Amino acid sequence: MSDEPLFKVQDVSKFYGNRIGCKNVSFDLWPGEVLAIVGESGSGKTTLLNCISTRLMPTAGSVQYHMRDGQYRDLYHMSEAERRFLMRTDWGFVHQNPADGLRMTVSAGANVGERLMAVGNRHYGNIRDTAADWLSRVEIEADRIDDQPRAFSGGMRQRLQIARNLVTGPRLVFMDEPTGGLDVSVQARLLDLVRGLVNDLGLSAIIVTHDLAVARLLSHRMMVMKDGLVIEQGLTDRVLDDPREPYTQLLVSSILQV
Amino acid sequence: MTTPLVVSEVFKSFTMHLRDGLVLPVIANVSFSVAAGECVVLGGPSGIGKSSILKMLYGNYAVDSGQILVAHRGRIVDVAHADPRMVLEVRRDSMGYVSQFLRTVPRVAALDVVAEPLVARGTAPEAARERAGELLAKLNLPRELWSLPPSTFSGGEQQRVNIARGFITDHTILLLDEPTASLDAKNRSVVVEMIAEKRAAGVAMLGIFHDEEVREAVAGRILDVSQFSPRKIAA
Repeated sequence: MSDEPLFKVQDVSKFYGNRIGCKNVSFDLWPGEVLAIVGESGSGKTTLLNCISTRLMPTAGSVQYHMRDGQYRDLYHMSEAERRFLMRTDWGFVHQNPADGLRMTVSAGANVGERLMAVGNRHYGNIRDTAADWLSRVEIEADRIDDQPRAFSGGMRQRLQIARNLVTGPRLVFMDEPTGGLDVSVQARLLDLVRGLVNDLGLSAIIVTHDLAVARLLSHRMMVMKDGLVIEQGLTDRVLDDPREPYTQLLVSSILQV
Repeated sequence: MTTPLVVSEVFKSFTMHLRDGLVLPVIANVSFSVAAGECVVLGGPSGIGKSSILKMLYGNYAVDSGQILVAHRGRIVDVAHADPRMVLEVRRDSMGYVSQFLRTVPRVAALDVVAEPLVARGTAPEAARERAGELLAKLNLPRELWSLPPSTFSGGEQQRVNIARGFITDHTILLLDEPTASLDAKNRSVVVEMIAEKRAAGVAMLGIFHDEEVREAVAGRILDVSQFSPRKIAA
């Protein structure tokens, strides 16, 4: 177990005038840990995700990241260029709608290869080989490498988005409802893939989801949000099997059994 | 040698907020310990809190007060108050659990379900799968089933996958919740044998067994959970 957290969120709040987007959220995330942020529509979970991933400036609080050189840097005390570099190398962000995280009019191979080029890789052959390797890891057939994502199904696009995000070897991946809108069998395949990759690569991940089963499958820890506040958090199986707060009990009891 | 598991003055109740805050006490003032190489059986009628005790020990249920002290990597960890990372580390390295029901995940083969705890501890996947196969063979699970996800298995087959997964590592503490409930006589005796092997290896075991024959065969001592029950169970 490493000694220091990878990511430190302290008292992050986002207000829209008097409206609370999220309030006083604090947590640490260690290497290899997966945290699920769970809540219903309007809970503030996506606002929180955006605040901690530099996509939205918080009203208050700080977000610190443990850089590869061992130093903690406050994300909002960095330059825009530094933040963008971080987003492209150490971090990944998987959007709910894969079209938001892909370039739909360049090939699958280019979508993956672009990220490598952005960090300085120049050898075309190597880039193509790496891209092909990653496509196979996300179970996209090799002969689709030159096809555009416009021609892919939702599930394939999502898997491509994952490959695009993981090719640079990030240490932290943010995911916003990664299986939202996908058919059940497609979801199962994607979840299996994500689970395997996170394990194999020792990634840390923060996953926003409204689906408790996804949280159960993928996360070690879970935070339940309602109306912008974290109302319960802890070990995922503990929160799901022994929910203490009224809202958590309501959420857990509302799931239909198949 | 440090006692592997010490439970001290544990209290737990459930507060059902969806039922206007109805409080259901589960257990009160539970204290006991399990020594290395001992198999303690939790006894008492259905609903008295036996499974709840195992779940608290595993960190799956929270406690209201008290301590659950586990010997882990040369130190003592209070599972009742440890942070999630520490509980996961204790589960990975020191404390195993055979739950009453197998929670199945789509697409993962039975062999990989069983091998997972070894892989989590750094064993190479192939070697882990081989060891998993040995255990599944011992438990008479047909080879054709090993590459299938267990969701379509019978209760007894799922239970054997669960048992193999719980026994595959060399954890120093093993919690067993009705491991033989759906098994036939032949497999029950396999499990009894496996428990004896773990005992001989110095593992501290705590189990719930409704089957009298199995209980007689494995129990070192029986701890009657009724003495910790704050409720009166209807006759």
